[in-house]
Amino acid sequence: MKDTTTNNQNRRSFLKASGQLIIGFNLFPFLQFCANPENQTTLSAYPGIEERPHTEKAIIDSWIRLDAEGFVTVLTGKQELGQGIRTALMQIAAEELEVPFDICHIINGDTAQTANEGYTAGSNSVEGSGSAIRQAAAEAKYFLIQEAAKLWQVNIDQVEVNNGEIHGPENKKISYWKLLDGKFLEGKITGEAPIKNPSNHVIVGKSIPRADISKMIKGEPHFIHDLRLEGMLHARVVHPPSYNAKLEALDESEISQLPGVVRIIVDGSFVAIVAKREYQAIKAREKIIEIAKWESTNIKPAMGDLFSDMKNKASKPKEIEASPTINQTIKQAKNQLKSTYRKPYTMHGSTGPGCAVAQWDNQKLTVWSPTQGVYPLQNTLADLFSIEKESIRCIGMPGSGCYGHNSADDVSAEAAMIAKHLPNQPVRLQWMRDNEHRWEPYGSAMQLTLEAGMDQNGKITSWKTEIWSDTHSTRPNGNAGHYVSARHLAEPFEFKKGGFSGGSYRNASPLYDIADKALLLNDYEGPLRTSALRGLGAYGNIFALESFIDELASSASMDPFEFRIRNLKNNRAVEVLNTLKSKTDWDNLSDETKSKCGIAFAQYKNSAAYFAVMVTLENEGEKLKIKKMIGVIEAGQCINPDGLINQTEGGMIQSASWTILESVQYNEKEIISTDWNSYPIFRANDIPEIEVHIINRPEEKPLGAGEAAQGPVAAAIVNAVSNHLGKRIYELPLREYFS
Amino acid sequence: MKTVTLTVNGKKTKHELDPKEPLLYVLREEFKLSGAKYGCGLHQCGACVVLVDNQAEPTCMNACESFEGKNIETIEHLSQNNKLHAVQKAFFEAQAAQCGYCLNGMLISAVALLRNNPQPNKSQIKDALQQVICRCGTHPRFIKAVENAISQK
Repeated sequence: MKDTTTNNQNRRSFLKASGQLIIGFNLFPFLQFCANPENQTTLSAYPGIEERPHTEKAIIDSWIRLDAEGFVTVLTGKQELGQGIRTALMQIAAEELEVPFDICHIINGDTAQTANEGYTAGSNSVEGSGSAIRQAAAEAKYFLIQEAAKLWQVNIDQVEVNNGEIHGPENKKISYWKLLDGKFLEGKITGEAPIKNPSNHVIVGKSIPRADISKMIKGEPHFIHDLRLEGMLHARVVHPPSYNAKLEALDESEISQLPGVVRIIVDGSFVAIVAKREYQAIKAREKIIEIAKWESTNIKPAMGDLFSDMKNKASKPKEIEASPTINQTIKQAKNQLKSTYRKPYTMHGSTGPGCAVAQWDNQKLTVWSPTQGVYPLQNTLADLFSIEKESIRCIGMPGSGCYGHNSADDVSAEAAMIAKHLPNQPVRLQWMRDNEHRWEPYGSAMQLTLEAGMDQNGKITSWKTEIWSDTHSTRPNGNAGHYVSARHLAEPFEFKKGGFSGGSYRNASPLYDIADKALLLNDYEGPLRTSALRGLGAYGNIFALESFIDELASSASMDPFEFRIRNLKNNRAVEVLNTLKSKTDWDNLSDETKSKCGIAFAQYKNSAAYFAVMVTLENEGEKLKIKKMIGVIEAGQCINPDGLINQTEGGMIQSASWTILESVQYNEKEIISTDWNSYPIFRANDIPEIEVHIINRPEEKPLGAGEAAQGPVAAAIVNAVSNHLGKRIYELPLREYFS
Repeated sequence: MKTVTLTVNGKKTKHELDPKEPLLYVLREEFKLSGAKYGCGLHQCGACVVLVDNQAEPTCMNACESFEGKNIETIEHLSQNNKLHAVQKAFFEAQAAQCGYCLNGMLISAVALLRNNPQPNKSQIKDALQQVICRCGTHPRFIKAVENAISQK
């Protein structure tokens, strides 16, 4: 434990020495993040805490700080993406510390303050950051109890905690803050502190409302888009008309005379405009688009040839799960089946286009960013500008929902590239709708061939999967070539796609109990830019896998629930399916009703949350409509039931939209899905009734849940449509069948 | 440049600016209001809607001068004396948000609906929210929240 009176000086001098800007940090420190938006006077205002750098993950202070009298500040390297992580992590901290939830505050990813927790991705935040915070909070409480026992010279078991107050014999009591007396919790996380028994939980497991929603309903500044700094300039970028286009000519003089224009930046084929007002930047961008001349090369292959190109380009597939016997065991089985499935390129389609603010001062860079990872951003910007990463501060701020690797990192890099031309001035860059639709990295198109053998009792004996897919992750993790605009500079950074990640075969290996399995992957270099979209390959893989399961069930003349359960050994999976069966009253549904239903199941990544869903269709004129979706999710210990339901409902609707409506369109010249008319997604009139049921297992560890619904919903819709039409559907989207 | 007179949240003010500048940017830069958001600039997504004479109207394309003489209300003006509007309250109670970027559009569209039709049915609620893009899939909660707002009135 160190004394703040001696250390504050050092900390202040650190801040000075680091030359970093304080502006923007704790943007709204005096706002009350009280859970009830109307009841904001019961607590005094949270004063915020002084900035302190993160030192190492192994000390309590890296996660839990009691600097502000009467308040707890939680630190996490993870970002709020609309998934409610701020609330869930504060619940975990409040529970272990035994303090009221309302006094907790949280600081998300900031390279000057929080731990490096990589990307907020893969449904890992509660499992990862949550367990670190839980342990740190337990250690903090344990340490404080020991300190109190020492102070009162009593035994530790004579001391207990209630609402942030420590109680001892003879009515002795002292608050956490009084006991600490300005010192920091700089003790090591030893792993010795006892963790609360889940049966005693009073905050974890409760549907505590999200405090950020109380700000958003009032239109208060919340998003990176709302950040306004003194003297801030507005920028726009003009991306090339297609991926490989090169700038041939641009009469800059025509642009620099336009009202409000501060700077036009042309570096190779990277073109940006900076103006005093946002609208002036937009007008200047329009003019640039009108007069710039580009040399373009055609996009190949043509859309219609995409899936044949995948097969033509493939050589020898990688054996992800090898089986020398697979072809033979399939051949020898009583029943055999083989099908091929296809999904198109799909978009993240964030509602608000990417936005970031950057400022350079004395060779030091600060970027306010909606990125999923402030540290990877810092690393990659260091590569881009050839400077030490210590000279860069990245501050994470809420963006529009990203659902994976969207424009957030690109726009952050571009803002920094632009601001470099205008030192000492903050520059805000926002993408326009067409920037976002045309330049975000899409979820890859995929082709999947599944083959299986089955015995006479409907038991699957062998299963072979072959995948053709482009990469599902091109996140910039230290290599500036991953920023599209860095590839367009006069001295371009090379984009090295580098090791196709495991994303392509995520969830491709069946969870079902099958004696002989093989999994083959063909990495495909496709025509469009791709990266991580919610669920990665799991969406396409589960669409195929769970469609194929229905085909097998039908070929075995078995009920789809019964068939799945017969082939599963995993008890938690079986319970999810049985719960869905009872929630949908499956056994009492008429055959006619069942002919409009489809079910599907998956455990996300075969290691995270379990999810099963039933989709019911209805007729609308000659077309179909989704009438209802009922989902059951099991994510181990549930931190915030309403938060889990909210995110699952959202995943179900997003997946239904992908499955029924969505496919990125392009011609030989350019991407032609440029806005919401050319790339329609679900709107209010498409929304079915929706029900989500939770199986809570407080005794189990929490499992990542944010992506669990994506794959199963696709398969359930396909199964329902196939049942209804009496013919199997193999290719997404399903637009032609729906109203 | 021209003097444009706008009535925003009950106050009439004069501004020297390009009269063709869409209202959205004027609200965000001149008035420092950040509730209305840029989403598409094409009147396709509803992120930028405000109440214009009690109708939910997009602001990202139409020139600010075309709003002269009209009564403009933004999301920031809905709660009065720290008391939430019934629709805001219902949205909070239903926890009707994920990322929240579309909330302005959803809330303003709901308020406009209820001002013009105090007892809408579900299909009218959906129609009113149809113009607003929500990528998180929070629609069931928006619809539920509007239904709750009606019953609480």
